[in-house]
Amino acid sequence: MSVASRISVTERSGLVSRPAAARKRKLTGWAYAAPTALFVLIFFVTPILLVGRMSVSDWGLFAGNRGLNAPENFTDVAEYRLFWPAVWFTVKYTLVTTVILLGLALLLALIVQESSRWTGFLRTSFLVPSALGLASASLLFYALYSPQSSPFGFLGVSFLGTPTAALWSTVALIVWRFAGFYMLLLLVGLQGISADVYEAARLDGAGRWQTFRYVTLPLLRSSIALCTILCVTGSMLAFDQFYLLTKGGPDNSTLTIVQLIYNFAFFGGNDLGRAAALSIMLLAALLIANVLQFRGLRGKEG
Amino acid sequence: MRRILVWTALAALMAGPLVACSSEGGQGEAQAPTGAGVDGVDDGSELTLWTRAPLELQAKALVDAYNKSHKNQVKLTIVPNDDYVAKVGAAAGSGDLPDLFAADIVYVPNWTEAGLFSDLTESIAKLPYADKINQGHLTAGTHEGKKYVLPFVLDLSVIFWNKALYKEAGLDPEKGPTTLDEFKQQALAVQNLKKADTYGTYFGGNCGGCNVFTWFPMVWASGEDVMDPEGKKSLLNGSASQKVYSTWRDLQTAGAIAPGSKDETGATWVAAFQEGKIGVMPYPATLLPTASKTVDVGVTGIPGVSGGQSTFVGGDGIGISKDAEKTQQAWNFMAWLMSEKAQVDVLAAGNSTVARTDLADNQYSAKDPRVATINKVAGLPTSKTPVAVNFQQAFNAPGSPWVTLLRNQVYGDASTLEKDNEAVTQVLGQ
Repeated sequence: MSVASRISVTERSGLVSRPAAARKRKLTGWAYAAPTALFVLIFFVTPILLVGRMSVSDWGLFAGNRGLNAPENFTDVAEYRLFWPAVWFTVKYTLVTTVILLGLALLLALIVQESSRWTGFLRTSFLVPSALGLASASLLFYALYSPQSSPFGFLGVSFLGTPTAALWSTVALIVWRFAGFYMLLLLVGLQGISADVYEAARLDGAGRWQTFRYVTLPLLRSSIALCTILCVTGSMLAFDQFYLLTKGGPDNSTLTIVQLIYNFAFFGGNDLGRAAALSIMLLAALLIANVLQFRGLRGKEG
Repeated sequence: MRRILVWTALAALMAGPLVACSSEGGQGEAQAPTGAGVDGVDDGSELTLWTRAPLELQAKALVDAYNKSHKNQVKLTIVPNDDYVAKVGAAAGSGDLPDLFAADIVYVPNWTEAGLFSDLTESIAKLPYADKINQGHLTAGTHEGKKYVLPFVLDLSVIFWNKALYKEAGLDPEKGPTTLDEFKQQALAVQNLKKADTYGTYFGGNCGGCNVFTWFPMVWASGEDVMDPEGKKSLLNGSASQKVYSTWRDLQTAGAIAPGSKDETGATWVAAFQEGKIGVMPYPATLLPTASKTVDVGVTGIPGVSGGQSTFVGGDGIGISKDAEKTQQAWNFMAWLMSEKAQVDVLAAGNSTVARTDLADNQYSAKDPRVATINKVAGLPTSKTPVAVNFQQAFNAPGSPWVTLLRNQVYGDASTLEKDNEAVTQVLGQ
């Protein structure tokens, strides 16, 4: 797109008169775009096409492609006894995580925004968990939660024993792991707001809450939107933390959609066709969610 | 990120079978393993062997001993337990399976049906001690009358008890439970010591595989079965099964099961006993050397409702893969594996169970009567390896209907047994 618009601009300005030069420019443009296009083709378009083909095929893990199996793959997935519980749980988990994580990250960002003696220390300590891989963090929390190694054993609480406890224990892990990261994103947004605006607000006699509500929040909208999109996408694709902490238990209460994909493919199902069908369904859901978020964002800005 | 990983992984798997289609013609070139006689060929070839991490100890010992005494050299690859099925699946699709690979014996029926192994019927028949090889593993590795798999490492379930705790509780430290009721009473006796951090028993309350391994033998020892012979119908609503469930439910109600068992997914289900915190529980026999380091362990077979003994003949079977080219060399390893040298000098010496009934009494089992007990239980007719094509999905997978069944029976609404059992049957019959 950028190539086309650049050419039209140059043509309109009359800098290029001969068609040969225009063609050369066009070629140069394509050459610039080619590496990215190639990457997108190899690492995005091709896999999606392959998964698309898989999703309409009867494709066993060991047996390979055994011919067309659509729409059975999709209907089988939708009728699978754990499908709706997994969808419902993933949505619930996404809502809970996004609300808590973004609220907390905004609070943290506001705390460390102004420089004080402790700012450096606070920023570092909030950000340190982000340096840990999610799998390592999950393992760490597994040790914290397991009755056999937990230092909180004396509380007599079962952290992963009931559906509610398992959900909140996992949310605690995710908040601990990601709050610093989203804080950083929001901090960048906060620091992008000009001091003049705040000064103007103060001169107009705005209180703390009014400044936050009518100055900070609106000007932070694009940062918040970015965080929401990242957080919603990440939560809808949750896997590592549940795979390590609960394996979907107790009683299948913490089974997410990606775990279900994994189970279809490798853990008992041995059926890549159905796993691919569910992947496609999840991809569609993600696309819709992201389009809605972008649209909502643009609408507000307009 | 996760999405990209999943896509690329799926894409890699997708691309695999496409390659495999084109190379399928080459498969006929490998020679039949029987062509080179009983012992196969030892000509200095390099062979590859895959196994999963829980068998690392035995696999390493076996491969080292083989490499030292043979011209052929086996290169061992150890794969993490949870990744093994995925790795084998990907390799099977792309025609990249190693020459030899081991498989959890309960998955073997599924994998032989998928054609991952080479036919070894004739080779196995030529072994002079063919009829002495563990029948459970051989049966699991037989598909449509053809034999594909030999036992690699046996993993049996037996009852372990803590002799020191038994003495404290006023029980005979040399006598383990012989019926399910005795098991319950002895666990309760240890619980009644009311010692801090010490409990009657333990089990993997959120782990399908653990309780397949430890509860099925209780049913078999009672003379009943858990599935029909075809492995298509669940019989886990029988009277012996119900007695097993009520035994554990009673123990749970009495508070005699260590906390943590309810959300135990299997990662740490053996730990508490090793730490000396548990009185009596069904346990993997392969861990006797490890547990003996910290606990004075007593060993007996798993009892049934009113006597009898049984064990789950688990562990891994090994076969020559469909993609192997050096099948005669690979058979050389397999034949050696069944020999007295491998079974006694390597496996028995390392306190593992031998896979041949005629070697059950050997110099090492003579030293430790507990090992002799384990070997003897393995040879009982009540000791079995269950065979079902959809075993993993029905029992071992997280969220399997079997996990739902057992959790309802121990913790939840026990009246759902018929419905839960029907759900297991449904998955088995798919």
